[in-house]
Amino acid sequence: MSSHDPENQPLDDLEQSRTQPGTGAAAGENAAADVAAEAHAAVSSTEADAFGRGEGVIEAKEVEGLSQGQIVLRRFTRHKGALAGMIVLGTVALLAITSMGIGPIPGWWKFQDFLGSGTVQNGGAPTLHLPRWLGGPGFAIGDHPFGQDEIGRDNFAQVMKGVQTSLFVMTVMGIVQLIIGVTIGALSGYYRGRLDMVLMRFTDMVITLPVIVIGAVLGKLVYTIPTKLNASDALVNTIHKYLPLELAIALGCILWPGMARLVRSEFMSLREREFVDSARVAGASDWRIITKHMLPNAMGVIIVNVTLLMSAAVVLETALSYLGFGIAQPNISLGNLISANQGAFATRPWLFWWPGLFIILIALCVNFIGDGLRDAFDPRQKRIPSQRQMDKAQLKDDRGLVIETVKEEAK
Amino acid sequence: MTENHNPLATDGVTLADEDVTALAHESVHRGEKILEVKDLCINFWVNGEWFSAAKDMTYDLRAGEVLAIVGESGSGKTQSSMSLVGLLPANGRTTGSAKLKGTELVGLTGSKLRSIRGKEIAVIFQEPMTALNPLYTVGFQIVETLRTHFVMSPHIAKERALELMRLVEIPEPEVRFDSYPHQLSGGQRQRIMIAQSLSCEPKLLIADEPTTALDVTVQAEILKLMRDLRERVDAGIILITHDMGVVADMADRIIVMKDGQVVEHGTSAQIFGDPQHPYTRQLLAAVPHLGSLTSTLEIHERTTMVESEGHPVPLTAATPGVAPALLMEDVAIEYPKIGRKPAFRAAQNINLLIEPGEVVGLVGESGSGKTTIGRAAVALLPVVEGRLTIAGRDITHAKNKDLLPFRKDVGIVFQDPGSSLNPRLPVGESIGEPLYLHQKLRGSELSKKVEDLLDSVELPRSMRNRYPHELSGGQRQRIGVARALALQPKLLIADEPTSALDVSVQARVLKLFQNLQQDYGFACLFISHDLAVVEMLSKRVAVMRHGRLVEVGPTAEIVNNPQHEYTQRLLAAVPVPDPAEQKKRRELRDEIIAGVVS
Repeated sequence: MSSHDPENQPLDDLEQSRTQPGTGAAAGENAAADVAAEAHAAVSSTEADAFGRGEGVIEAKEVEGLSQGQIVLRRFTRHKGALAGMIVLGTVALLAITSMGIGPIPGWWKFQDFLGSGTVQNGGAPTLHLPRWLGGPGFAIGDHPFGQDEIGRDNFAQVMKGVQTSLFVMTVMGIVQLIIGVTIGALSGYYRGRLDMVLMRFTDMVITLPVIVIGAVLGKLVYTIPTKLNASDALVNTIHKYLPLELAIALGCILWPGMARLVRSEFMSLREREFVDSARVAGASDWRIITKHMLPNAMGVIIVNVTLLMSAAVVLETALSYLGFGIAQPNISLGNLISANQGAFATRPWLFWWPGLFIILIALCVNFIGDGLRDAFDPRQKRIPSQRQMDKAQLKDDRGLVIETVKEEAK
Repeated sequence: MTENHNPLATDGVTLADEDVTALAHESVHRGEKILEVKDLCINFWVNGEWFSAAKDMTYDLRAGEVLAIVGESGSGKTQSSMSLVGLLPANGRTTGSAKLKGTELVGLTGSKLRSIRGKEIAVIFQEPMTALNPLYTVGFQIVETLRTHFVMSPHIAKERALELMRLVEIPEPEVRFDSYPHQLSGGQRQRIMIAQSLSCEPKLLIADEPTTALDVTVQAEILKLMRDLRERVDAGIILITHDMGVVADMADRIIVMKDGQVVEHGTSAQIFGDPQHPYTRQLLAAVPHLGSLTSTLEIHERTTMVESEGHPVPLTAATPGVAPALLMEDVAIEYPKIGRKPAFRAAQNINLLIEPGEVVGLVGESGSGKTTIGRAAVALLPVVEGRLTIAGRDITHAKNKDLLPFRKDVGIVFQDPGSSLNPRLPVGESIGEPLYLHQKLRGSELSKKVEDLLDSVELPRSMRNRYPHELSGGQRQRIGVARALALQPKLLIADEPTSALDVSVQARVLKLFQNLQQDYGFACLFISHDLAVVEMLSKRVAVMRHGRLVEVGPTAEIVNNPQHEYTQRLLAAVPVPDPAEQKKRRELRDEIIAGVVS
């Protein structure tokens, strides 16, 4: 506040020209041989008086000294739901990766072989117990916190592996549809005309493909075609081993049209902006205009759409696996676990509940993050202060006033 | 304005007999005090602090009086008036007191506030295109206001709406009643806004920069209308503006605001005759005075060329042996067709020549095709007929990749500094881009050049790492100029570089521009709708209308002795910040406007 006091203005003009966009207008421009300065040959103090603080002070004050990215980050961190989603998702991912290991690196969980059977203890009931204050018999993890199935496989190991697969499919699918969608959307939005027509009709065609059916058919073909072609066992095994990757890529190849359309419309409106024209006048090539000038400005839309599609992908992968067309042994996914254990729902409900819980957790978290990102990238959204925040500011103001008066009295 | 559109000129907003009962709320009488504002403070909550947008405003307003609140953007003039109708954003708050005929407005909410909005206090917004709903006809929108506040049958409401449209001099109100906002011109839309705001006979009318978004000629028409109206309605009017020229026409009393503080308050004569505060003086000095630079020049021989029926303005004779910076020979420019939308010919039969180092002004109203010419000159739009030569290089049918060397010779400054800088790049990078692409400068060499350019447009060097949204409009436009000059072009196109800026900022940017032109010596096509601005800068002026040049000649001749009827109209429309002179000009202007209404 005090930096905007007109009395102080001449003193820290120079400093303000760096930190205060508003007053900087006056400070930076005072150096010029201004019309007014010429007319009145004013001394510096009246000169400062003659110029206002300039436009957009309030908006500028809100984003003082921040880059676009920092503004987005600040708005994002204000979104409590998104932040919580970020933390929970991070914890889940960390737990899944460290407990079961990744690739050749083993994790810390004692049952690394999630397919190996063992002795069923206590009917396979979960050994995870709630602490006393939550009404449980006292906190304990035990040997099989999530329980066991009928042949003694550890449910925790299976669920964690399943979470890994789901996250992996989600990420790969996100990247694939990002690449295809952005490329096609950017090209047709930027060049328009005939290229746009061709690409958009192709997009329309892909949109009409029902995802579940295509996924199911592809899933089936992966099993049948190599056998029909008399492929070697090694090849068939490799194909099966990398099934999650293949599935993710296939899904990405079907799900990109939404992204392409969004990017296209964003590019169409960006294309009319004058900074694109000015880049062209500066001699920038099409490639440079697209990558340097337009893509960064479309980033908001792209990031938001990717996250939302990723949460949809988790559910989609689950649905496909549940139907038996997605991921199958030797791989394991959450949907595949639910499908395998649905018969045991009455006798061993934990086999159903734990994978289900993690599906919900992941999808919800990703959705929250996407929500937070959308708000963060929306420049029109204004922050509305709560009554408490306003009162606090008032208190601060009053205190500042008291201090100032005391200072004045001291003088 | 033909005769039959003017039947209400004498009886003003008197109502048809049937609806007198419907509108029977207490009316105000001239001279009665209607608004008492005392210690009004507006604060905004920003990041945990209260930021003062306006402080301790105290003023009265009487019915029939026009109070002008003048100040630059950011001075709190709009927010302080919007707080009267409770239109502050959610993070704003109002303290103090504002009484409308005894009703306290501060803290009013809900249905009480709604009954005052529109009926007791009406607002004319700055941008009529965004203030009117594009989905409804303008007639419907006026009727809606009426029927919200009064029990009124649709039929009577329509009658009343038509009456209002006649009052604001809309041609053929019966036809326009069923038009959508996009089918009307900017001036007509603003008239509709005014009709809507007058529909309930408000006691207080707040006009928030009612003419800032309009062309000079349309602005003159709207100002004329508002001046006529103030004689006919008994409302008190608060006129918010940053342009002292507009105020000179209308205001009885003036409040000058700076940074949320009232720095000067007085009658129109006091403020214009004897301004006390340096800020007021600066605002007054910033309005470009038409004729102030050239009226003393003597004209020896007439060299102005005027368009006549079927004969476009011929080409000015070039200095022999010198390649002109820009040469357009019988050029026509089209916006290429997109999909089924056919190509649109925006300019034709253009003959224009700019000598090296010469500044030529291009003047005309919105839609006259002046921007089209500017864009064609930097090869952003194709030339379909004629020949376009820039600095000795024929670019009429040049392919995109052949244009690269040509790009070094031209620069362009765009109209809207907010849109012409990439929001994701620090401004230093925007400035350096042409250097990066053409001279292949990298690293410290590039930094050095960028800093030099920032120096030349009088901005601190530290600014190169800032993002466009952190800068004010004037600073952004300086950045735009710096980028356009990066390669030291032979020809600079300035496409209304100051029309999006406040008048006082405009004055500073224009001064800078003048200095730069002298230092760098580039030829310049300066596009503007304001003749006073063009007069400051250019040696010759070309006047454009409906895609054709109508008059080309030396600035002194055009300004002091315009030949074409359209040029005369443009000249008469420029406001002057001096009530006495403005009165004289107004009479002349009204005569001319009476002849042609757009």
